[in-house]
Amino acid sequence: MQVTRRQFMKLCGVGLGSSSLAVMGFSPTELQASVRQFKLARTRETRSTCPYCSVSCGVILYTRGSGAKNAKAALVHVEGDPDNPVNRGTLCPKGAGLMDMINSDSRLRQPQYRAPGSDQWQTLSWDEAITRIARLMKDDRDANFMEFNDQGQRVNRWNTTGFLASSAAANESGYLTAKTARAYGMTAVDTQARI
Amino acid sequence: MASMQSLDIKNRSATSLPSPSVRSHTELAKLIDVSKCIGCKACQVACMEWNDLRGPVGENTGVYDNPQDLNEHTWTLMRFSEVEPDDFSFEWLIRKDGCMHCDDPGCLKACPAPGAIVQYANGIVDFISEKCIGCGYCIAGCPFDIPRLSRADNRAYKCTLCSDRVAVGLEPACVTTCPTGCITFGTKEDMKQQAVLRIADLNSRGYDNAGLYDPPGVGGTHVMYVLQHADRPGLYHGLPEDPRISPMVGFWQGITKPLAIGALALLAMASFLHFIKHGPNVAEEDDDAPSRDKTRDRKEESSHVE
Amino acid sequence: MTNHWVDIKNADLILIMGGNAAEAHPCGFKWVTEAKANRGAKLVVVDPRFTRSAAVSDYYAPVRVGSDIAFLGGVIRYLLETGQINHEYVAHYTNAALIVKEEYSFADGLFSGYDEVNRRYDRSSWGYELGEDGYVRADETLQHPRCVYQLMKTHFDRYTPEVVSRITGTPEDRFLKICEMIGETSRPDKVMTIMYALGWTQHSVGSQNIRTMAMIQLLLGNMGMPGGGVNALRGHANVQGITDMNLVTTNLPGYLGLPGDDDQSFEGFMDKRALKPVRPGQMSFWQNYPKFHVSLMKAWWGEHANADNGFAWDYLPHVDKPYDVLQMFELMHAGQMNGFLCQGFNPLAAVSHKAKMSTALARLKYMVVMDPLATETSEFWRNFGEFNPVNTRQIQTEVFRLPTTLFAEEDGTFTNSGRVIAWKEKAVDPPGVARTDRRIIAGLYLELKRLYEEEGGAYPDPIVHLHWPYGNPDEPSAPELLREISGRALQDIGDIPAGRQLAGFGQLRDDGGTACGNWLYSGCWSAEGNLTARRDTADPSGLGIYPGWGFAWPANRRILYNRAACDTQGKPWDPRRAPIAWDGSRWSGPDIPDMRPTAAPGEQVSPFIMLPEGVARLFAGMNDGPFPEHYEPFESPLGYNPLHPDQPAVTSNPAARVFANDWASFGTARDFPYAATTYRLTEHMHFWTKHSLANAIVQPSQFIEIGEALAREKGIANGDQVTVESNRGEITATAVVTKRIKPLRVEGRTVHTVGIPIHWGFTGVANKGYLANVLTPFVGDANSQTPEFKAFLVNIEKA
Repeated sequence: MQVTRRQFMKLCGVGLGSSSLAVMGFSPTELQASVRQFKLARTRETRSTCPYCSVSCGVILYTRGSGAKNAKAALVHVEGDPDNPVNRGTLCPKGAGLMDMINSDSRLRQPQYRAPGSDQWQTLSWDEAITRIARLMKDDRDANFMEFNDQGQRVNRWNTTGFLASSAAANESGYLTAKTARAYGMTAVDTQARI
Repeated sequence: MASMQSLDIKNRSATSLPSPSVRSHTELAKLIDVSKCIGCKACQVACMEWNDLRGPVGENTGVYDNPQDLNEHTWTLMRFSEVEPDDFSFEWLIRKDGCMHCDDPGCLKACPAPGAIVQYANGIVDFISEKCIGCGYCIAGCPFDIPRLSRADNRAYKCTLCSDRVAVGLEPACVTTCPTGCITFGTKEDMKQQAVLRIADLNSRGYDNAGLYDPPGVGGTHVMYVLQHADRPGLYHGLPEDPRISPMVGFWQGITKPLAIGALALLAMASFLHFIKHGPNVAEEDDDAPSRDKTRDRKEESSHVE
Repeated sequence: MTNHWVDIKNADLILIMGGNAAEAHPCGFKWVTEAKANRGAKLVVVDPRFTRSAAVSDYYAPVRVGSDIAFLGGVIRYLLETGQINHEYVAHYTNAALIVKEEYSFADGLFSGYDEVNRRYDRSSWGYELGEDGYVRADETLQHPRCVYQLMKTHFDRYTPEVVSRITGTPEDRFLKICEMIGETSRPDKVMTIMYALGWTQHSVGSQNIRTMAMIQLLLGNMGMPGGGVNALRGHANVQGITDMNLVTTNLPGYLGLPGDDDQSFEGFMDKRALKPVRPGQMSFWQNYPKFHVSLMKAWWGEHANADNGFAWDYLPHVDKPYDVLQMFELMHAGQMNGFLCQGFNPLAAVSHKAKMSTALARLKYMVVMDPLATETSEFWRNFGEFNPVNTRQIQTEVFRLPTTLFAEEDGTFTNSGRVIAWKEKAVDPPGVARTDRRIIAGLYLELKRLYEEEGGAYPDPIVHLHWPYGNPDEPSAPELLREISGRALQDIGDIPAGRQLAGFGQLRDDGGTACGNWLYSGCWSAEGNLTARRDTADPSGLGIYPGWGFAWPANRRILYNRAACDTQGKPWDPRRAPIAWDGSRWSGPDIPDMRPTAAPGEQVSPFIMLPEGVARLFAGMNDGPFPEHYEPFESPLGYNPLHPDQPAVTSNPAARVFANDWASFGTARDFPYAATTYRLTEHMHFWTKHSLANAIVQPSQFIEIGEALAREKGIANGDQVTVESNRGEITATAVVTKRIKPLRVEGRTVHTVGIPIHWGFTGVANKGYLANVLTPFVGDANSQTPEFKAFLVNIEKA
């Protein structure tokens, strides 16, 4: 006799009644005890680095999806990289919770704009955002770029727009930021490293 | 899918059929060296992450313990105790609380639902949630006050020692993540050997009473502690001095085993209800009341020694 | 870090002071527990609070916030007094023997050359005395009254254990016990390491805190040793890398300098920077400066940087003053800044004095925030009730908020605080239409370039001529950029063909033959490929060096100053801990020598090759003095400097910059009687993880920590709501009453400490809270301008 789990529960009523039946050796296969399915069985592993403190622990990001074009990869688990000589697979509570950061509801999804005096965001396209920001930057630079100081020394600086760079950005991003910001003549460039 | 074949069963609740027992097995254990614990809660977060558990965001109530107690979403919890073991010393003892995976598990003995609690041959005591009937007897049966009932689905939950990871040859998630190596995992024999070394180190640092917590009253455990003050486990947020299964559980087991037939089992269960302060219906309404009382008792206990 | 994370396992004594490694860097802290378990190392924690680091320490001592120099100065005195120093090391590897100019003096808390009006020192009197040969004079017997050793001895003679205890509140017996433990590591076969972080930097005397410790490590001979060094644990995953890329106001990548206004010629600037040795036979490595500078200019401006135009000399902006974070917000506050681009930084929360920050942002014309998360800064204009009580309508700043990728959504490298550069791969796509910072920066650049090409405008040359050789100009790839950073030959150089990646900075040239975006990183992507992606887990020496894991700057060297791990004869001080040794013909060993490999010990090339002296500086030209001196925090519970009670001018650091309008924002002990400090908790990372549910669950809401004695005095019970007020604002949170904070006896009076964890704010999934910087002062360290978050004054009342 094969019964589904639901039928079985119905048959017995809920609760204590089941014990006597099972004790007599009556037990549907669906109720066989089993450990939870191993959730990483067919996931992809990507080696990365925790973005929090500067121990910079190695992490493995486990994603669902084969990598095929039609499959959108989704993060299912983060674990320390046991090969990394510094953290050897361990993670602190921040690193162990990385999945909740990556999937946080606070993640920004599209460019937004807040008008002077407004109390809300409006969305805009990337092209619109870049075009308008570049215009603001150029207008400010053109109006305030200082080619010579009061002593007549050539100084070539633009100090009315500032740039604070991220210590959480990759080296390559930081380098590109330095390269462009200095090309604009920016002197007010600094970073969290200061803090 | 990992089946039971990967983790052979040694005991199952409310079941008198003997389990297959031909294979030889190695017992596994987790060793928590409290002297290395920095209370970072990485184990707590790793446990939540691996087991897909997220409870509500609570409040700070004046302590570092968060959430305030174990619950269906919190299978392990850091317990912080500010103690003054003697007149001139101050210590901040931090203990990772959770299922001890007793060799003689009170929860399993107390459980009336067949197969809802199993003990694998490697020592892991696991709740098979599909079979749980939400009666809460496992809570009463546990000398460490660990299992918790969920109001949402009326089932009991606790640490599985990551049976799904262990089944495929990995260590539990809390063990992998522990930054300081305070939590280690291996065969019980190896863990005991390691404890000997740790205790020697602690002795050399002036902790004359350092020792291993592997209480015989529950047949030993598969989660063991190295304690700086093994003579006073109560210092560690009320860790029981000599945990034993409630005699009521033994009584219930004693009469049901020979009478493993339906009608009498029900009768016995009814009688068992008399021994339990809060029956299943009461437990549903206020399911964590007994545990809260216990927590309060333990806090008082630790404040006495402070 | 001069050493690196795994190396901590080689220490015999670990001092944690000015940091809280167990909470802020748990996975690095594992190497402390390893050292304890495997080699019987001892851990000492000195902190105003009994932290989670203290919980697993062998010895703990409390110290008053902002009095670390007094404590460490006392250690120096103890070491000199008891002779527990490594004499050979001190005589030959430090400037102890060098003779200082006669004009140098120290009196009434001030060093010679003080300019009271500008709160600045003229440092010319702090130089060395030169001999007839043009080199600095030295007395290797250390007896000359003006040699650094004797001056140091005199300077620190005032820091007796009794004085130390009176200033710091550390009980004298505890102080002395720690001195004894530290003193033991003067033996060549005993090594101490120091792990510090923002608990030392975030003071108006931050740099001198660290200097005092560096002096101790030099006196003990622990610098350059495995298990030793001075180790800054640092904040963000790539804070080291971004510092190296030098997104720092006055610098260019690789710690090269931007010219000042007076630097008006390329040649003059190179001369000034390429420091010549001041002692015979020394390397003075910065002599190579022009090679690094010219190679950088070639990477940035390609063919437009050539010998004829001083390698694009005019393209570089000149800095008239440092535009550090505080200066930047001061300018904004004064209405002198119009625009602000903010990349992955939450200054409204992270910089001091929220009210001032908020006003400053409201005076901008435009602000652009690039961030993966909805930060407080991006919503500074929104009224969040008591947490952010602003008048939205009146704020005229237009704000753009651009979504960026998080670490998991892009490839590239991070550099950890042990200077190891490690490659990471992309795992998932970002949410929505978020873009990499690379793509956003490139997008802005290309649009500006287009505008300048089409419209002209102010000095377009450096913009339109910027070298942009990327396969996809809209989004330069991380591999392309890392190759550019590492450097390549632009023409055939010996047997290196044009176009090939260089093996290291030794191949860089000052004639335009090489391009290199950051000389320190040179060789990280060599002709062999991307060395930052190496994953060799072998550690042949057992010292934790892992030479084949990633790439450590400079030159894959894992322990800086490792030449100092050997005596003057080239023999390791401790053969079991020898990163390198002289093998008779060259320096060799498991690490890369920090020395010319063929420099025989007999040549007497000293180990600190970056300095023109060749020796480490016990006496150095900092902005606020050649020796550290105890000064009170700008908000002091005493209101005077116990070392100079009658000199109000030196109560606090006389060389720290204070903006004119900020003096009035400081409070005094009359109104705000309690010493306060801010800090991190292990469950959270700055203001990010309040956006992460798991972290919000394990530490859900804002709290304030006070000791039982203060709680009794104020009638505050555990779990009560309390209001903490400074002269700049107030916050309300839950009280955690604890035995872990004890009142201290300072100058005969009781000083209570109020602990203020940061981490909360008005965005995210954790319970809403106040930004802790509502309370903190707008004054920075005299050298680094890091704000004084760690010592200020508050009052506390039951809410």
